Amino acid sequence: MAALQNSTLEAIVSNQAQLLGEWLAALEANGATRNIREQDLRQETRDFLQLVIDGLRSECGTEIGVAGWEETRRFLEKLSASRAQVGQESHQTAYFIFALKGPLFTLLQAHYREQPALLAEQLWEVSQLLDALGLHSIRTYQKNREAVIKRQQEELLELSTPVVKLWEGVLALPLIGTLDSQRSQTVMESLLQRIVDTGSEIAIIDITGVPTVDTLVAQHLLKTVTAIRLMGADCIISGVRPQIAQTIVHLGLDLGTLTTKSNLADALKLALSRLGTSTGERV
Amino acid sequence: MTIRQSGSQPVRIEQDVVLARQLTRKVASECGMRLVDLTKLVTAVSELARNTVVYGGGGDMDWAVIEDAGRVGLRLVFRDEGPGIADVKLALTDGWTSGGGLGLGLTGARRLVDEFELDTTPGQGTRVTITRWA
Amino acid sequence: MERIPILQMGEFLLVTIQVDMHDQLALRLQDDLTDRIDQTSARGVLIDISALDMVDSFIGRMIASISGLSRIMDAETVLVGMQPAVAITLVELGLTLPGVSTALNVDRGMNLLRQRVGRP
Repeated sequence: MAALQNSTLEAIVSNQAQLLGEWLAALEANGATRNIREQDLRQETRDFLQLVIDGLRSECGTEIGVAGWEETRRFLEKLSASRAQVGQESHQTAYFIFALKGPLFTLLQAHYREQPALLAEQLWEVSQLLDALGLHSIRTYQKNREAVIKRQQEELLELSTPVVKLWEGVLALPLIGTLDSQRSQTVMESLLQRIVDTGSEIAIIDITGVPTVDTLVAQHLLKTVTAIRLMGADCIISGVRPQIAQTIVHLGLDLGTLTTKSNLADALKLALSRLGTSTGERV
Repeated sequence: MTIRQSGSQPVRIEQDVVLARQLTRKVASECGMRLVDLTKLVTAVSELARNTVVYGGGGDMDWAVIEDAGRVGLRLVFRDEGPGIADVKLALTDGWTSGGGLGLGLTGARRLVDEFELDTTPGQGTRVTITRWA
Repeated sequence: MERIPILQMGEFLLVTIQVDMHDQLALRLQDDLTDRIDQTSARGVLIDISALDMVDSFIGRMIASISGLSRIMDAETVLVGMQPAVAITLVELGLTLPGVSTALNVDRGMNLLRQRVGRP
């Protein structure tokens, strides 16, 4: 199989300034400096070109998964992350790399003017390399974007499921909407942490606003109650409508010693009476 | 998938179980793993390392910080050349035990991680691979 | 030999677990506690795990054993200070420690013991 020739590498090394100039011009024409500072972009192009040169010098081929291209991959991952943070689209991240192709091809065409077969081969090698790097940056961009969105979702969840202090020693968590597993976990964790932070002995989980209580939701509620008890507090589930009670029985779920009330007010009354008693016996 | 960092340590005696936990905690937190996920992983490591010492006759724990298109995770392999597990299906049922414990080791550990693989041959040994993404 | 210290506070025993325990140390604690309950006729045991950032099935079973053994010796056991991440993990493991009383912290734990034990 053909490989990138030393002469190609030397051509790139000797013409860096020109390559960088043309590359930067292409990027600017495409709007790359819209939310990136020009000097930062300049530095990034310089760094990337140097990394490509180093990678080629290490003679590890154009397969970018190997150790010789690790620095380059890391650079691209950082680049993708920073672009994702400022809300740039994924094609702009990839374009950063693809815009280098034009200047490189022009350079090689001049360099291999007399050797068309070799030119074709080298163009192909360079193209393959940049394509692979471009794809890597897109993949990384996607993952980073997903991570940013996930974090934003979690923050939103925190805001939308506030834990409320109803009374000294009594916390309430009104759940609204459907409980998917990600949301359930975030919600559970923040409730448990608040219990520790406030030293509250009773948590009331109100499910009035939860439309359906299926096996998964019920199991999740059970896990939450168990965790709360292990920590030394207790839990009352309020908002248990007759249909829900029926569903639970129908599903054959054993909710053990779970205490339930049909509304929040009754649950609070119960909580206060428990805190008021000094026998410490679980009602 | 690339390996950022890796290592291996023996899991032969009890104290090694503690060392395995400590290493896992250190590496996982360097990966940026959240506290609850980290706690689950360290607990799984404790269970599996103990199994290796107690039932596997001692073995090794290989660990690696892996990277797959931007996400980072910790993969651990617990391997021994012990008696192996004769009935894998049974072993992965809650409540099974071969030595008098409550049998929560394997099934419990499985629930605490993102990926779980069990390779065992009776008379030759056991290999458990777990992964948790940060 | 490494041991986890057991403090006597009146008719109660207080154990604060602050180290990452290997199995032998845990078993030693179990033995030491049962010995001390016997020697002091203690009516209650308070186990503080607020410093533990991990409780696995072995330690969980040890705690359940201590609770059971103490009861046989006419002493109540209260486990205090479990961290949220630990609680979540134990539940996921399927270890729910039935029969083990819990409290949020040492203060509440002591109150609970006093109420439970009462004045005979």
